[in-house]
Amino acid sequence: MTDWLPHIPRLISIEELDTEQVTAVLDTAEQLLPIAQRRRGSVPTLRGKVVCNLFLEDSTRTRLSFDLAAKRLSAEVINFSAKGSSVSKGESFKDTALTLDAMGVDCVVVRSGSSGAPLQLAGYLDVPIMNAGDGWHQHPTQALLDVFTMRRHLGDLTGRRVVIVGDVLHSRVARSEVQALKLLGAHVTLVAPPTLLPPAVQDWGVEVARDLDEVVADADVLYALRVQRERMHRAFFPSSREYARIWGVTGDRVARMKPDALVMHPGPMNRGVEITGDVADSDRAVITEQVTNGIAVRMACLYLLLASHPPRVEPCVPPAARTGEVA
Amino acid sequence: MRILLRHGRVLDPAAGTDAVRDVLVVDGSVAEVADHLDTPSDTEVIDCDGLWVTPGFVDLHTHLREPGGEGAEDIATGSAAGAAGGYTALCAMANTDPVCDAVPIADMVWRRGREVGLVDVFPVGSITRGLRGEELSPFGELHGSAARVDFFSDDGIPLADALVMRRALQYATAFDAVICNHAEEPDLTADAQMNEGAMSSVLGLPGWPHEAEEVMIARDLILAGGVGARLHVPHVTTAGAVELIRLAKQRGVRVTAEVTPHHLLLTDDLVASYDPVFKVNPPVRTDADVQALRAALADGTIDAVATDHAPHVPELKDQEWEHAPCGMLGLETAFGVVNTAVIRAGVLDPLQAIARFTTGPAGVRDLAGHGGAIAAGRPANLTVLDPERTWTVDGRALHSRARNTPYQGRELTGRAVHTLLRGRFTLRDGEVVPDQPSTTSTSEVAQ
Repeated sequence: MTDWLPHIPRLISIEELDTEQVTAVLDTAEQLLPIAQRRRGSVPTLRGKVVCNLFLEDSTRTRLSFDLAAKRLSAEVINFSAKGSSVSKGESFKDTALTLDAMGVDCVVVRSGSSGAPLQLAGYLDVPIMNAGDGWHQHPTQALLDVFTMRRHLGDLTGRRVVIVGDVLHSRVARSEVQALKLLGAHVTLVAPPTLLPPAVQDWGVEVARDLDEVVADADVLYALRVQRERMHRAFFPSSREYARIWGVTGDRVARMKPDALVMHPGPMNRGVEITGDVADSDRAVITEQVTNGIAVRMACLYLLLASHPPRVEPCVPPAARTGEVA
Repeated sequence: MRILLRHGRVLDPAAGTDAVRDVLVVDGSVAEVADHLDTPSDTEVIDCDGLWVTPGFVDLHTHLREPGGEGAEDIATGSAAGAAGGYTALCAMANTDPVCDAVPIADMVWRRGREVGLVDVFPVGSITRGLRGEELSPFGELHGSAARVDFFSDDGIPLADALVMRRALQYATAFDAVICNHAEEPDLTADAQMNEGAMSSVLGLPGWPHEAEEVMIARDLILAGGVGARLHVPHVTTAGAVELIRLAKQRGVRVTAEVTPHHLLLTDDLVASYDPVFKVNPPVRTDADVQALRAALADGTIDAVATDHAPHVPELKDQEWEHAPCGMLGLETAFGVVNTAVIRAGVLDPLQAIARFTTGPAGVRDLAGHGGAIAAGRPANLTVLDPERTWTVDGRALHSRARNTPYQGRELTGRAVHTLLRGRFTLRDGEVVPDQPSTTSTSEVAQ
């Protein structure tokens, strides 16, 4: 790998990246893809580095993907899982952070149900933080693996039209995805039940369409977001049947898409709600490819965060000199 | 004991005075106010050149946390913060543990305030027992108690049940008491974390729509107008709420309203840091709301600046945003914020602004003369402010036990220099003066 790649100090939000950094992740992932696909063995790039997966919210898929990514680069991986983290539930978030700091890990991959938790963690730790999804806020590696997948199929994304359909309001994927696509020059259209669109979404620099049928024909990518069935209980929409009919990615709609257009989904899918089983299993869908690409992209992110990060050296300060605040 | 406040700019909203005057205090009362007073030999002269001399500030909305929350604040530390902020009277909110829904609690809070002696503490009674929104607290008993409670609020918890709210308003008229409902329609704010808008959208935090505040205020204004009761709207935060209150006042509804210093200055872009020190209920809103609130404070639609001083222990604030509790410190920064953001910005002249700290809140409930005129014979509850003093806020240097100030590291202009409660310095040259002369002298003898 070349050493002119831009350094990425942390990966908390796509908002913190520029086009050059995103492109660097994608180019690096391209080189690492054979390893992710197991066409080549693991590489010793991050040997001796310790990556901590701090998962404060259940997510087996994402944790496994990060786990594999770190291992293919020969990093050591430790897992720290806790469901929720607040004073009421035991150890506080701050104490968890200070514990990890004291253990001397080289990178923390954090997943949390709380928007902003990775940014708060970065305030407590000096090592690079990678956001594996926080609340409704961001899921930057998902967005990067998605644009990586799109670029592999479509080439340069400048001017390409991506339609994102579904529950944008509660989606960290959508927030990251829109920002990543805009950095690469793509044109983004959101389609959602009005109850599931974020407030002031027009400020995102996207188009909002009311009718999915009006936008599928021009789309290069139709990206379906996961919709939680529980949402209907809070009156976001009447039923999953109505949702599937109006906002679902169905065979009829896909049939009207351009021949080389893609169907994507971040997983896990609700077959029969936001996407029909037939579409999910069709040649248009690149959903399983997204999973494999995810490993390559997460390897690239770990590499860019850690390979050029200076080794952690504890300052040799006697305890008495550490003028800690007395509470 | 005679004190002469010499040559200060007296800002006395009750009398409409804005002029340089000498103020003589004798035995706890104001003895004389004049252009120039001679100094008898046994008089301590305080040079107030360049300073403002005002009635002692009154806060309608203070969380002193005692009883039950002493880890964050108690009546002694909160009173010290009040004195340091120029306050001589604080209204202690009812959401303590136990709740201030019975005479013994109200009496304890009132007496403890007297014992500490740094400010007068006026308890707020809860509207409903245990803040549960069902049965009324004993308004009559509380009103007849030593604390003479005439102001009731379930602050922090909206009184959602319209029938209970209507009955509370009706029943309170028997004592000409004021009902203060936390204006938030709870169904619209389920899980809400910050102001709903462009920022919440990007930050992925559930939004707190302005409609939730406005719907509740509209309901309460209609109910209060219907039964002829007195309604006080706490911590108004939206441009729409201001319009509703303005209209109701024009129509003769007996409504008063307050705004916090933080809602006059802070906006929701600060939440991008996810630092829970900015988490507050109601949330900090947008610049358009801030401008509307400043205008409403200027035109009198909003009667009072009230701090909603809400201390929290660090371990609760040092959590993920969604788990952290709402609330900010406010007593010691209130004048600095208003002076910086409103007075020096030319939105209000100093006399009008001081009215919002004194006569404004004193017109909302009976505060035993606090906030009233600086005139011969009246209790010497006075504040001396330096409007030019620029200082940097440091939570650790404030008197509150907690340190959750949203202004950490921020420069403010304007600060209390001296505070007098019935002629006694509670703040002198910026230092709080505890009311324990006998204890001090005893310990000196013992040494």
